Amino acid sequence: MAEVKQFFTESGMAVKPLYTPEDVAGISYDEALGHSGQFPYTRGVYESMYRGRTWTMRLYSGLATAEESNARYKYLLSQGSTGLSVALDLPTQLGYDSDNPLVEDEVGRIGVAIDTLADMEALFDGIDLGKVSTSFTINSTAIIILAMYVAAAMKKGTPIDQIAGTTQNDMVKEFLARNTYIFPIEDHIRISVDMIEYCAQHIPKWNPINIAGYHMRESGADAVQELAVVLATAEMIADETLKRGIDIDSFAPRLSFELWTGTDFFEEIAKYRAARRMWSGIVKNQYGAKNPKSLLFRVFAGGNGITLTAREPLNNIIRVTLQCLTSALGGAQAIHTPAYDEAIATPTKSSALMALRTQQVIAYESGITKTVDPLGGSYYVEHLTDELVRQAAEKMEELKRQGGLMRAVKEGSLQREIQQRAYAAELAIQRGERTIVGVNRYQDEEADSIEPPIYQADSGVRDKQVSRLRRVKEQRSDTAVAKALERVRKDCAAKVNIFPAVLEAVNAYATVGEITDAMRAVLGETIQPPIF
Amino acid sequence: MTKRPPRVILAKPGLDGHDKGVRLVAMSMRDAGFDVHYLGLRQSIDSIAAAAKERDADFIGLSVLSGTHLRVADRMLQKLREEKLRCRFFIGGVIPKADVLRLLELGVDNVFPVGTTFAAMNQWILEHCEE
Repeated sequence: MAEVKQFFTESGMAVKPLYTPEDVAGISYDEALGHSGQFPYTRGVYESMYRGRTWTMRLYSGLATAEESNARYKYLLSQGSTGLSVALDLPTQLGYDSDNPLVEDEVGRIGVAIDTLADMEALFDGIDLGKVSTSFTINSTAIIILAMYVAAAMKKGTPIDQIAGTTQNDMVKEFLARNTYIFPIEDHIRISVDMIEYCAQHIPKWNPINIAGYHMRESGADAVQELAVVLATAEMIADETLKRGIDIDSFAPRLSFELWTGTDFFEEIAKYRAARRMWSGIVKNQYGAKNPKSLLFRVFAGGNGITLTAREPLNNIIRVTLQCLTSALGGAQAIHTPAYDEAIATPTKSSALMALRTQQVIAYESGITKTVDPLGGSYYVEHLTDELVRQAAEKMEELKRQGGLMRAVKEGSLQREIQQRAYAAELAIQRGERTIVGVNRYQDEEADSIEPPIYQADSGVRDKQVSRLRRVKEQRSDTAVAKALERVRKDCAAKVNIFPAVLEAVNAYATVGEITDAMRAVLGETIQPPIF
Repeated sequence: MTKRPPRVILAKPGLDGHDKGVRLVAMSMRDAGFDVHYLGLRQSIDSIAAAAKERDADFIGLSVLSGTHLRVADRMLQKLREEKLRCRFFIGGVIPKADVLRLLELGVDNVFPVGTTFAAMNQWILEHCEE
């Protein structure tokens, strides 16, 4: 008997040679799909989708000092980028100041260093905060960064109900995959909810949280795990926010999401559709939301860096093009495209520009934006969408049966699950069972010698940052700082919403490190044991 | 006579949280039969050296994806000299090709940039274990 070749999606679903009307016979158009802009939003959160407005084109960037980043942002805006995506350095992400000897090597690396409000002001100098939308990849210290952005807007005279943007602020995925956590997870979640509460009351156009599947996918999770964990996180955040007596419809419209765009083209497109259908059902049926805006799974599609290769890096341009096309066909509201040199170094100006141009070519030349959800009705895509909904719901049930998301994260069982999958996937690549062009198949030894120009960080960054910090400290009122920090400590201990206290502290030019230390003094620090 | 398995200490120095690579390397080394300990995130050079001393490690491997590899290498090498530790020292992560040469010139024993196979790494460890 001839051997039958088997095919599977990346999450392990068997794929048939041909899909026919039989595969979608059980799927009701009205119940499972609906028109775009209508429940359950499978086909898109807005009626006209990209006909009305193309997706927001974001490029994750942040370099060294605020001035250098400011120049890059102005350049990207002048080239048609429509949203800013701020990368912060690790000391800022973990609550250390640039003059802290512990972090000497990391100031201004992988992102911009922010110590005080003065840096935030320099970062957005000459940029109208009432006009751009700004996304901050910030988690543990998100409340401080948001407070600084709010304070910077106020100083410019921009009303805070006009500022728009997103703070990532998803702590579950920090403990699962991204690893920039500081405090115990319960405290982090409470502070995230402080931001949700404050934004619901005062900053209506801000997305205080962006619940992200991106990082767990980069760590090795599959699409089913991603959907289940993202939605379980959203449920947990909604539950915690509701406990404060806040109406679902006053915060659910501002819960935003980020998913990872992988390489399995149709499965990833189906995943974006499945996510919209599942979330709208949860918010409507489980939480009884009345505002249609509460039901929308608005999503930032993160182009992935992990499948980009260090060998033959120019091939990554094609990979990124496919990622962007996948995200757009999935109906994303904002798309990030990584630069082709990401596996080698921080993107240069020209590689960042090419990543933006990739999005623009797809948006304005390919014609895919002419109609909504062009793959809707494909037997294969509809089957995959339905199957992902079913499997992700099962996974969510399994998580509940095992004691819930928080327990799985704290005990490390989810992390172990993801890691096993990552190891198996990596072995499959290294054994050549899974083709990566130019890496384990069709290698050209000479191609390896083509090295693109590499971004060189200025080694004087730390000195510049430290001297600016010194100047700020000389000019500020120590009494006002001490008083504000005391209030942060007090409010942290009392477990009341700490946003107002943090806002007072940043306005007094207290540093990220000082404010975080005030919180550390009350909440303590945590580190997870390594799993391997 | 059976050979003792290589003793390897792996760690993430500094604040960088990208540890998928080093965790997978640790798994592959364990599967290869090595005596491997991954110390985890946010390790200081001092704590890495102390762990290497305590476990009488043959190798120290540091994973750096935040662009700080030159500084980290410099500090680790200095610490190894100060403590008179004789273990071999390698670095893995996002390392531009020009920096691979600079790291080797500094005295790092080997560099494994993103894309290195487990087999190549583990082979090198075996070859340099019993000299």
